[in-house]
Amino acid sequence: MAQASSSTMDVTFPSDTEILITRTLNAPPHLVYRAWTTPELVKKWWPGRRGEMTVAVMDFRVGGAWRYVMVAHGEFEVAFHGIYREIVPNERIVHTEVMEMPGTAPDSEEGAVLNTVTFDGADGGATTVRIRTDAGSKEVRDLIAQSGMEGGVREQFEIIEELAASLT
Amino acid sequence: MARAATTADTFNAVAEPRRREILDALTQGERPVNELVTLLGLAQPHVSRHLRVLREVGAVVVRDEGRQRLYRLNPQALKPIHDWVASYQHLWEERFDLLEDVLEDLKEEH
Repeated sequence: MAQASSSTMDVTFPSDTEILITRTLNAPPHLVYRAWTTPELVKKWWPGRRGEMTVAVMDFRVGGAWRYVMVAHGEFEVAFHGIYREIVPNERIVHTEVMEMPGTAPDSEEGAVLNTVTFDGADGGATTVRIRTDAGSKEVRDLIAQSGMEGGVREQFEIIEELAASLT
Repeated sequence: MARAATTADTFNAVAEPRRREILDALTQGERPVNELVTLLGLAQPHVSRHLRVLREVGAVVVRDEGRQRLYRLNPQALKPIHDWVASYQHLWEERFDLLEDVLEDLKEEH
């Protein structure tokens, strides 16, 4: 169960091409890092509550490839892959990420976004995790936007959320 | 035409920072154009152009009152953005909650 001391997750849009997710977890950085980089552990959290993760291949070294596949409850597969660009143990992982569409080659970097994940020690032995996704260019951002994602909303999210909540 | 296409949906319309400022200003309530001009420190034609884009995607609604044109928000048009962000946010919330469970197990191993 999530601890009462956990902070809530924060989503912001630092620029028109970026999304930043921040959350503080109730465990020290080296454990969060281990959970993030060990395939058997990744399988336990990465699919959320939306299905089973069937593949977690992690050639965990700079230049190495990763590939995640999950089978969603609706019985369809969702797959992502990418390359590790930078690895600083317990601190930082930079990797590319491609959402596979029908016909996407497993080594294709087309439409890749760049994710920077940082693990910062916080008070009380906690860890603040930041996931910064950079679409990198307008072309890629638009590609992502067409798949339903948009990186240009920035802090407006909070206002939009209030507005939308008032509708339901 | 390419330009028109890029602003044909709410996501792209709201991607422009000035247009988000206009939406911000309108969360406080209905406003005439000249008030928006003052608030944003932009020339009236620029503000009008942004308002036109926002109107085309349905994010703002205009009505005439005497000689004034009053703009207000139409939150319904912003709902697709909210829905997308919400689903993305929920997935990551689920992941982090499960990650907390994994971390509890790891802590017990020690």
